Formats: sequence, C-alpha cells, structure tokens
Amino acid sequence: MRMPILLWRRCLAVVALLGLVLLSGPLAAQQPTSVNPTAASVQEQQLLQQLQAVQGRISIPDQRANVLIQPAGQDWRAFHQVTLPWIGAIAILGMLAVLVLFYMSRGKIMIDSGPSKQRIVRFNSFERFVHWLTAGSFMLLALTGLNITFGKFLLLPVIGPEAFTALSQAGKYVHNYLSFPFMLGLVFMFLVWVVHNLPNAVDVAWLKAGGGLLKKGVHPPAKKFNAGQKLIFWAVIVGGVGLSVTGLILLFPFQGTSIADMQLSQMIHGLISLVLIAVMIAHIYIGSVGMEGAFDAMGSGEVDLNWAKEHHSLWVQEEMKKTGGAGARAQAAE
Amino acid sequence: MARMKFLCDADRCIECNACVTACKNEHEVPWGINRRRVVTINDGKPGERSISMACMHCTDAPCAAVCPVNCFYTTADAVVLHSKDLCIGCGYCFYACPFGAPQYPRVGNFGSRGKMDKCTYCAGGPEADSSPVEYAKYGANRLAEGKLPLCAEMCSTKALLAGDGDIIAQIYRERVLKRGYGSGAWGWRTAYKDTVNV
Ligand code: HEM
Ligand code: SF4
Ligand code: SF4
Repeated sequence: MRMPILLWRRCLAVVALLGLVLLSGPLAAQQPTSVNPTAASVQEQQLLQQLQAVQGRISIPDQRANVLIQPAGQDWRAFHQVTLPWIGAIAILGMLAVLVLFYMSRGKIMIDSGPSKQRIVRFNSFERFVHWLTAGSFMLLALTGLNITFGKFLLLPVIGPEAFTALSQAGKYVHNYLSFPFMLGLVFMFLVWVVHNLPNAVDVAWLKAGGGLLKKGVHPPAKKFNAGQKLIFWAVIVGGVGLSVTGLILLFPFQGTSIADMQLSQMIHGLISLVLIAVMIAHIYIGSVGMEGAFDAMGSGEVDLNWAKEHHSLWVQEEMKKTGGAGARAQAAE
Repeated sequence: MARMKFLCDADRCIECNACVTACKNEHEVPWGINRRRVVTINDGKPGERSISMACMHCTDAPCAAVCPVNCFYTTADAVVLHSKDLCIGCGYCFYACPFGAPQYPRVGNFGSRGKMDKCTYCAGGPEADSSPVEYAKYGANRLAEGKLPLCAEMCSTKALLAGDGDIIAQIYRERVLKRGYGSGAWGWRTAYKDTVNV
C-alpha cells in the first residue's frame, strides 16, 4: 500500500514542476533585454550640487576618510594662495608707506618743552616683563607665520629648497612652542592693564584732537593710556584671543573638528595675524623711532617728566597726588 | 608622454577593498595610513555605489599650489609626486586636496604631523628609480619597471583603471556603450576639469 502513494506523490511533483516551467516561460520573455542600473544610482554631479561634498561609508579605521570629494578645498586654496597674500601685502606695505609718509611730513615727535632733569616711573618691572614676553613671542610668531604665507615667494628662490625647508621646519617648531608664552603674556597683559584701558570721556576728546599726532605742540590730556594706546591694547587682546583659539585648533588638528572647521580656523588665523602685524608695525614705530622718549617707558621703565606731562598729563597728576610729588626723581640720582 | 589618470567604474566596483590591501602591501605603507580607500555612497540603499579613491594626480594640483615649501613636482607622465625631504608636515595639502589623499604619520608633539605620504601612482619619489632609499620613503616604483599601479592591475572586476587618460577613457566609453549604462568617471571633473562623454 505504501509504494503507490509515494509514486502518486512523485507524479504530482513532476506535474507541478512542469507547470512552473511552462508558466515562467512567457514571463521571462517579457523582461527587457537590458536594464539601466545607473538610472537609479547616486550621481556625482547631483551630490556635489546638493551637499557640496560627496560622502559615504568607509571600512577603514580613519572615519574622516569617508569624504570622497570635498570641493571646498578649492575655495580654501584660492583664499590661501591669492586672497590672504594680497590682503597681507596690502596691509603691511600700506602701513609701512603710511608711516614713511608720516615720518616725512611730521618727523620725529620731540618733547616740545625739551627733556627735563627729572624722571618718573611709568612701568614697573612686572609690567615690562609682561610686555616683552608678549612682544617677543609675538615677533617670532609673526616672522615664522609670515614665512608660511610669503616664504616660498620671497625666501625660497633666494636660499634654495633645502635651506628653506630647514628654516621652515625650525620655524614650525618655534611657532608651535612660542604660542604658549604668547598666550600667557596675553592673559597677564589683560589682568595688569585692563583697568587702565576702559574707554571714557577723555578718550573722545583725545581722538577729536587727533591725539596731537598731526600738529606740533598739541597735547590732548590723557591718563595712563591715551585712546590710541587703548585701541592698540584692545586690538592685541581681541586679536590675540582670536589667534589663540584658531591657533590651538590648528595645533591639535581634527580633535573634534571637521575639515571645514580646520579650513575656517586657518583662514581666520591668517587674516587676524596679518592685520595685527600691520597694526603692530605702527605701534613699534611710535614706540621707537617715531617719538622721542617713548621707548624708555618699556626700556628702563622710567620716562622723562616733561614727556609724561605732554603725553599723559592726567596720569602725571594722579601719580604726583599719590606720592605727594615724590613720584618724580632727579636724573642725577641715577 | 602619457597623461596618467585613474578611473573608477562605480558600476563594477564591489567594495572588496583588494586595491586598498594591495597598495598597503606593495609599498609597506605603515599602519594608520591609507593611500587608497573605498567609499560606499548610499550604503544599503537603492542606487548604492562604491568608489575606490586615492590621489587623482590632478591637473594644476591644489596640494602643490598651497604647499608652503613647494615640495611637489609633476613627472613627465603627469604624476604628482613630492619630496619627503622637503615636506615640513604642515598639513595644508590635506585642506586643499579635493579627495583627502594626503596622509600624515602621527609623530612628535601635539597633534603634529610627520612627513606627508600619499599615492605615488606606484612611481616612487625624487630618489634614484627603484633604489632602497626610494622604496623606504615612497614605496615601489612600478612605473620605472614599465608596470601600471598595482591597485588597478589586480582589481578583480577591472572597475579601477589606470593608465593614459585617453586610453582608459576609451575603455570606459566602450563599456558604457556595450552595457548601456554608466554613472560616470567619478572625480574627473574636479581633478582634471574634464569628463568622459559617452
Ligand atoms: C597664540 C597662539 C598661536 C598658535 C597656537 C598658532 C598656531 C599656528 C599654527 C598651528 C599654524 C599652522 C602652520 C604651521 O603649522 O606652521 C599657524 C600659522 C600661522 N600663524 Fe599662528 N599661532 C599662534 C599665534 C600667532 C601669532 C601671534 C601670529 C602673528 C602675529 C601668527 C601668525 C601666523 C601666520 C601668518 C600663519 C600662516 C598662515 C598661512 O599663511 O597659512 N600666529 N599658527
Ligand atoms: S588628489 Fe589631492 S594629493 Fe593628489 S594631486 Fe590632487 S590635490 Fe594633490
Ligand atoms: S604637509 Fe608637506 S607636502 Fe603637504 S603642504 Fe605641508 S609641507 Fe607641503
């Protein structure tokens, strides 16, 4: 009894299979001879237009590598190769030209009433230390930074590729390490001088009088810092903080930052630094060759009393009141 | 002289990563550095495509333009190479490169980068061809031996093509005509300001 049932089943299966084959014949014939998988696939141009980048999934550990194409690099290149050097060159050469013109028309600003026999302490040793800590590191940061921006145009053709690489490599280390003393100086500078740099009514009058810079014998009153110096102070603080933040991002690349962040940081860093360098050139000029007696303030820390009376009249009055006239001492005592 | 290019036929790439592995092995590329990689777009979705990407050896290469020490040079075959002796590891080429090709070994202080490393089109570097010094710094110089880049040579589906730009464009064009579809030469517009018209 068992055999016929099995046979019966087998026959059924064969019939069913045959039916399937017969049925599927015409179905297969209806399929198109060629399919176009591209019609439904991702398209490069479309991705670039929609997302400004082509990105996907990657199976290597470096997950940043999942960006296939980032056209933003082209914009960054244009900024770094064209915009930044031009802005830098115009800012720095423009400032130098203005200073040369200023020197030729106004000359060195002298102490109108002539040097006195008395000197007054303007900056104590800690203030001078803070100033030179910041200024010294700033100058080296500026030189090594300018080398990155302009070195290959100006220095590389002169000294050759090997020497230029050696210099730039050393410059990179200098720039990386001196950023820390610079940031420290910035913090100290802010703490020591911020109270003297808050704007007030005296500054308005000082600025209206053009700081007495353009006319001989004009000396608008000022406290410890005049409005011009306050502007320099805030430029250094604001610019310095901007440089520090962007610089630290550059120093620790891709630590929680994307390539777009890195590009933006570099752009801001370059812009602020070149503008600040131009501002500092003016500051250096007026603190040295541009004005008689000015350098002493940061050199020995003691300035000529007549100089102080002309440029910081209100500050001299305050100091005299504080010390009962003993603030100034005779030069002969030195 | 030829104008060497890469072309990845995304309709053939099966994301096997053999090109990545072959490159690593051929040049003894250190851990953490990938001269070539495969990116899968729309992974797991309809229309998914994988593209193998390395340095494309761009026309008017952005990396060379931004390098502050000008350490790049272009060979007679239009391969973009650089000198590791001159590189200072500033990382600028990575910001400019459209394809994320430059790689940096992690060395020294901070997040600071060592000498840049990237695909050489299996063409070594400025040192004497096929010398041990060249091998140590840049890997094998197959071009000097008359061979094409290994990644493309051993690609099992022949998705990745390497060779003279005109010839590989022609191969790709014929393929597209024959099979009736093709999602284009990925990256060509960006790298060569050119595309393969079929
Ligand atoms: C405050 C802390 C600072 C840090 C952490 C810092 C860091 C950096 C880093 C990492 C770079 C990238 C280039 C390289 O690796 O060599 C750079 C570039 C540069 N830095 Fe600084 N920096 C700082 C302050 C300054 C200052 C004060 C100046 C100048 C006044 C300056 C001027 C520049 C310039 C001009 C560049 C080159 C921009 C370019 O052409 O791409 N930096 N800085
Ligand atoms: S792909 Fe990147 S590294 Fe290669 S030549 Fe182009 S910009 Fe340079
Ligand atoms: S990392 Fe090296 S190759 Fe790249 S831009 Fe900097 S110096 Fe040039």
